[in-house]
Amino acid sequence: MIRIENLHKSYVTGLNKLHVLKGIDLDIRSGELVSVMGSSGSGKSTLLNIIGILDNYDQGNYILDNLLIKEMSEKKAALLRNKYIGFVFQSFNLISFKNAMENVALPLYYQKVSLKKRNLAAMEFLDRMGLKEWATHHPSELSGGQKQRIAIARALITKPKIILADEPTGALDTATSYEVMEIFKEINDLGITVIIVTHEKDISEMTNKIIRLKDGFIESINGEKLLVDEYEKEYSHV
Amino acid sequence: MFDLDRWQEIYTALKSNKLRTFLTAFGVFWGIFMLMIMLGSGKGLENSVFEDMGDFATNSAFVWARRTTMPYDGYPRGRRYNFTNDDMQALKDNIPEIDILAPRLQGWGAGDGENNVTRGIKTGAFTIQGDYPEINKIDPNKIIEGRFLNYIDIEESRKVCVIGTRVKEVLFEKDEDPIGEYIRVKGVYFQVVGIFEPMSGMNFGGEKEQTIFLPFTSLQKAYNFGDEVHYFSVTAKENIPVSIVDEKCRQLLKERHHIHPDDQQAVGGFNLEEEFNKMRGLFNGISALMWIVGVGTLLAGVIGVSNIMLIIVKERTKEIGIQRAIGATPGKIIGQIIMESVFLTALAGYIGLVAGIGIIEGVNYLLESSGADTEMFRHPEVDFNVAISALIILIVSGVFAGMIPAQRAISIKPIDALRDE
Repeated sequence: MIRIENLHKSYVTGLNKLHVLKGIDLDIRSGELVSVMGSSGSGKSTLLNIIGILDNYDQGNYILDNLLIKEMSEKKAALLRNKYIGFVFQSFNLISFKNAMENVALPLYYQKVSLKKRNLAAMEFLDRMGLKEWATHHPSELSGGQKQRIAIARALITKPKIILADEPTGALDTATSYEVMEIFKEINDLGITVIIVTHEKDISEMTNKIIRLKDGFIESINGEKLLVDEYEKEYSHV
Repeated sequence: MFDLDRWQEIYTALKSNKLRTFLTAFGVFWGIFMLMIMLGSGKGLENSVFEDMGDFATNSAFVWARRTTMPYDGYPRGRRYNFTNDDMQALKDNIPEIDILAPRLQGWGAGDGENNVTRGIKTGAFTIQGDYPEINKIDPNKIIEGRFLNYIDIEESRKVCVIGTRVKEVLFEKDEDPIGEYIRVKGVYFQVVGIFEPMSGMNFGGEKEQTIFLPFTSLQKAYNFGDEVHYFSVTAKENIPVSIVDEKCRQLLKERHHIHPDDQQAVGGFNLEEEFNKMRGLFNGISALMWIVGVGTLLAGVIGVSNIMLIIVKERTKEIGIQRAIGATPGKIIGQIIMESVFLTALAGYIGLVAGIGIIEGVNYLLESSGADTEMFRHPEVDFNVAISALIILIVSGVFAGMIPAQRAISIKPIDALRDE
């Protein structure tokens, strides 16, 4: 699903050049539940942004679903984001003047789905998150956990192939964090690839694959061997 | 365009700071309001001048005899001469560009200081003119009773007259019918055959209401003018500038009266077309000035809108980032911001337009209903086309006002927008 080859990325701020990613090679297969860990400045958010086609890169290749993502127009990037990727952010990033249902329905608006249809779909996804009765509430009237579940519903509504979550539990207490992680697991069980950036060890341990970044390199892929075995088992009879 | 989400966003964005939105909108409102008021007032001034001209033929010129200022052909300078009946025929024969030719004898003026007309015990001082029927085609009068002079009057030198409304007021009782009655003009009786009221405010030799028109030939014969003609009124045929006709008439008249061809003073004249064009030029100048000032004011308003849109974009950087992360294309974002800008300018502009026209129409109504004879200001109005083009200018400028903020909005990468806390 995702293949990254020798990826380099640096930020230029004034005269300084900050080399953030220094040659990343990574393969994420369809249906994996992956966490990316690392201290701040390790490049994990940058990597996630590149995967999410929110940011471009300097060198290397990024192949998403057999499609080379490189030097893409903003319009095309937006369409691909809309089609392939659902985003979940630490600060939820819901639109404050829209109610829960409208927030969830918004990605479908950009797909030019009619109002009636998209609201119907939004209600269905809210129902799945157990938030049906909160549909007409605005984000300011909801708790952090509820907001994050609405954000997840919004990410899911376009039926994406990948969910990218940037510190999705960063603003939540432990109990709520675990609830949210349960939801991610359920999503993953449906066959959607989930990539979670986190710095919380207990969160990352709930995933199948832990990628640890340090200073722009992949330091380790925890339990990689184990997962490879699993994959071999899984795919040997295909 | 008729997209609920879009309008919801516009509404929310503008509502989030009512005072700022209002002040910005006011800039545009004021710009278009002033433009309308100025254009309307300009039109009022213009109308007062051009309506004053009435139906006066604007392609007409007038020539009259003065003193020569150069010696020529054995004649000294300072000589007095007169146009004659023969000149009339010569002009007609030699200058094919002339459409209408009307000679006139200037009898006496209302301001001469003596009462020149009497009827019984009533008496008054009026302007007496000898005219051809053609004069009514050059400087038309409205006949309210009876008829104007005709060719039988001219040929038979009939002692008939057409009187102005003021003449009727002075010489007749209110319930009297002047038609068929006789008045005595400088000792000679003339029968009243018509009453007229002026259609233009342009006067030659006295107020037109107090003018008495006599047949040209009657005046000439009855008062011993010989074959004198005091002046000629001419109009040019269609598509020929009257200045050419004017010049040809002068040349011919100079030749016939032994006047030096370079003597500019000997033939007095007046070219209405020239005056008319001067007026036109003046009003075009005023109108251009108004557009410059009005559009300048409008531009200031539009820049205000652009400014506020920049602030709105700045405030909504994060929201725009979210929208782009979940699939809004740059085109969609640009469209959204331009829509907001156009909405704001068009709405404020429309209100300004309506208010401006409302006031102009209100003033017009008050002027009309009060019946005030305002010499300098008449029928202020705004051309419908002008209003429409102003509205189009507004919408276009709304687009431009949104362009810079929209570019700014999409120049921020979605990722930077999302990081913007």
